[in-house]
Amino acid sequence: MFHWLEKHPFFFAVGVFLVISFAGLIEIVPNFAQASRPVIGTAPYSTLELAGRHVYIKNSCNACHSQLVRPFKSETDRYGHYSLSGEYAYDRPFLWGSKRTGPDLMRVGNYRTTDWHENHMKAPADVVPGSIMPAYTWMFTNLADINTAYAEQLTVAQFFSTPYNKPVPMKDGSTKVVAMGNNVTEANAMALEEAKLIAADMKDQDVKDAVANGQIPEIVALIAYMNSLK
Amino acid sequence: MENRPLEYDYTVAKMFMLTTILLGIVGMLIGVILAFQLAFPEVNTILGSGLAEYTNFSRLRPLHTDAVIFGFTLSGIFATWYYVGQRVLKVSMAESGFLMFIGKLHFWLYLVGVVAVVVTLFMGITTSKEYAEFEWPIDIAIVVVWVLFGISLFGLIGIRREKSLYISVWYYIATFLGIAMLYLFNNMEIPTMLATAPDGSAVGGSWMHSVSMYAGTNDALVQWWYGHNAVAFGFTVPIVAMIYYFLPKESGQAIYSYKLSLLSFWGLMFVYLWAGGHHLLFSTVPDWMQTMGSIFSVILILPSWGSAINMLLTMKGEWQQVAASPLIKFMVLGSTFYMFSTLEGPIQAIKSVNAIAHFTDWIVGHVHDGVLGWVGFMIMAALYHMAPRVFKKEIYSKSLMATQFWIQTLGVVLYFTSMWIAGITQGMMWRAHDEFGNLAYSFIDTVTVLHPYYTIRGVGGLLYLVGFLMFAYNIYKTMTSGRKVEESELQNASPMGA
Repeated sequence: MFHWLEKHPFFFAVGVFLVISFAGLIEIVPNFAQASRPVIGTAPYSTLELAGRHVYIKNSCNACHSQLVRPFKSETDRYGHYSLSGEYAYDRPFLWGSKRTGPDLMRVGNYRTTDWHENHMKAPADVVPGSIMPAYTWMFTNLADINTAYAEQLTVAQFFSTPYNKPVPMKDGSTKVVAMGNNVTEANAMALEEAKLIAADMKDQDVKDAVANGQIPEIVALIAYMNSLK
Repeated sequence: MENRPLEYDYTVAKMFMLTTILLGIVGMLIGVILAFQLAFPEVNTILGSGLAEYTNFSRLRPLHTDAVIFGFTLSGIFATWYYVGQRVLKVSMAESGFLMFIGKLHFWLYLVGVVAVVVTLFMGITTSKEYAEFEWPIDIAIVVVWVLFGISLFGLIGIRREKSLYISVWYYIATFLGIAMLYLFNNMEIPTMLATAPDGSAVGGSWMHSVSMYAGTNDALVQWWYGHNAVAFGFTVPIVAMIYYFLPKESGQAIYSYKLSLLSFWGLMFVYLWAGGHHLLFSTVPDWMQTMGSIFSVILILPSWGSAINMLLTMKGEWQQVAASPLIKFMVLGSTFYMFSTLEGPIQAIKSVNAIAHFTDWIVGHVHDGVLGWVGFMIMAALYHMAPRVFKKEIYSKSLMATQFWIQTLGVVLYFTSMWIAGITQGMMWRAHDEFGNLAYSFIDTVTVLHPYYTIRGVGGLLYLVGFLMFAYNIYKTMTSGRKVEESELQNASPMGA
């Protein structure tokens, strides 16, 4: 059979393809629907948070920080409850990372504040002596891309029925509605309202001025995203 | 040799040899910069704080991995295909104007793709998925480049004179099919520019941006099915294709066992794809998948070692060649590193080991003993073998080649030993509890402790880069001032008789 295959490239290629596609079909397909179901308490990202997530991705924060707490005592002691599949239901793409050069950020919103992030992103080693993380000073001047975040919200709402403007069940039995604007102007205005709350807790005068003038620096969006990680 | 019927045409092979060397230098240089950034954070602002956005670790990291994978390695795969393909199929590219055109188009589009990747990654335009960072327009370009490679591959096979496909061709076919399948499924994404607001108005925003078709756990599963097997079909399968051709050619020895190569090939094809789950141990993917990933990783030792042992036994009775020829040294040490790396990987895939190793530098060490020791050595050996035949010039300096070999070997050893120690140290410190059951170390303790190992790693990487520059210089001098030589003068034998 093998000698025959080696003289017939088409059938050889078909054979290889069958053999290599086998594993993917068996491992990935059966669990697909199950794994994409959100757990109670998981809500989609607001426009500002999503813009912050884009800042996180743009700067490959995931190259050094994981977002996956494994079920070990040492990890739950350090980072909080271990990760559940449904908590990632609105994460497109996933940001688990593959290397912890810095600590896990899955639940960083539980134990770090706006103020802490502001100082840390400006000069990491001043906040954590010995830190090898670079400073991200440009985030204080670059502006966040709210339009793209809004476009993504619309896309996921349309294609994947991500529940924007719909009640989402919370852990305490209440419901939460993550609002999404009717058009891009409205989306920007809503993001700005959220940004003002973040900027109020910040010290950098340039950032405060920018937000007061209706602009949203990347750092504000990033902090909104960080604070949402719980 | 006198009765050889064909003059092979190496135009396209030469072009890809050039990008192999150039992108190798770029990828490895960025790698060395990254290594020193971890040891000495001031290097993040190496070009001043104004340019720090473009020179800091996180922005450069995807550039390093992608330059090495899709630049250096992929160019090497294409260069060897356009050399090996003609020779084992007994047909010249010059015989088909169409295939020649496709080959050149393949190269130029590839180059356009490389430029687009470099520019967008510097700008921070990325999907964040490892080794699949490119946004949708570049993904489409990559698919086109890949289809052109497929046309070249199957086109040349279509007009072949030698009816039986040599082992290397099996592996090139598998490379084509594997990457095609993986890349397509992992990059399923929806461009957000298509969105319109509920009130019907336009949204604007970046036209390059897209959103993944998969969410969370599913996205992770597809990504690591891809990520792991991109290693399979980029760093293993095509490199095995190379060694099956170049080692017998260079040593004049026939492949030790045909049956072993059959077993290894079909075994590798079947087993490799299952093992992706070992990247997701203790994550939120179902436990049975994690276990499958773990078990199949261990089984994977068999076909991997099958190829490697087949290569080492090919040298049976001819071991003096290892001492005499620096080129044989590269290939024999390459297969040894392949064995080493394919044993280390399964060990790391065992759950209890993975609990310590995952997220640490040990994984980085594992990748690099494979890529520096196996992929890098093999591609350089292939180019060294091809250069005299392609340029019809003798290799400029054999002693330079030997010096390069030892410098780079030392570099690889420094690299993986330091990363082992760093990874295991950090993994143990993360999980250490004191006598009261509290965590013994804060996270930063586990970072500062790594400084000496990060420094040693940087030095190891630098040595490898220096060796690579010696390689580039040697090839350059071979092209420009090597002594003229005809192929019939070169000592070699062939697995296919010509």
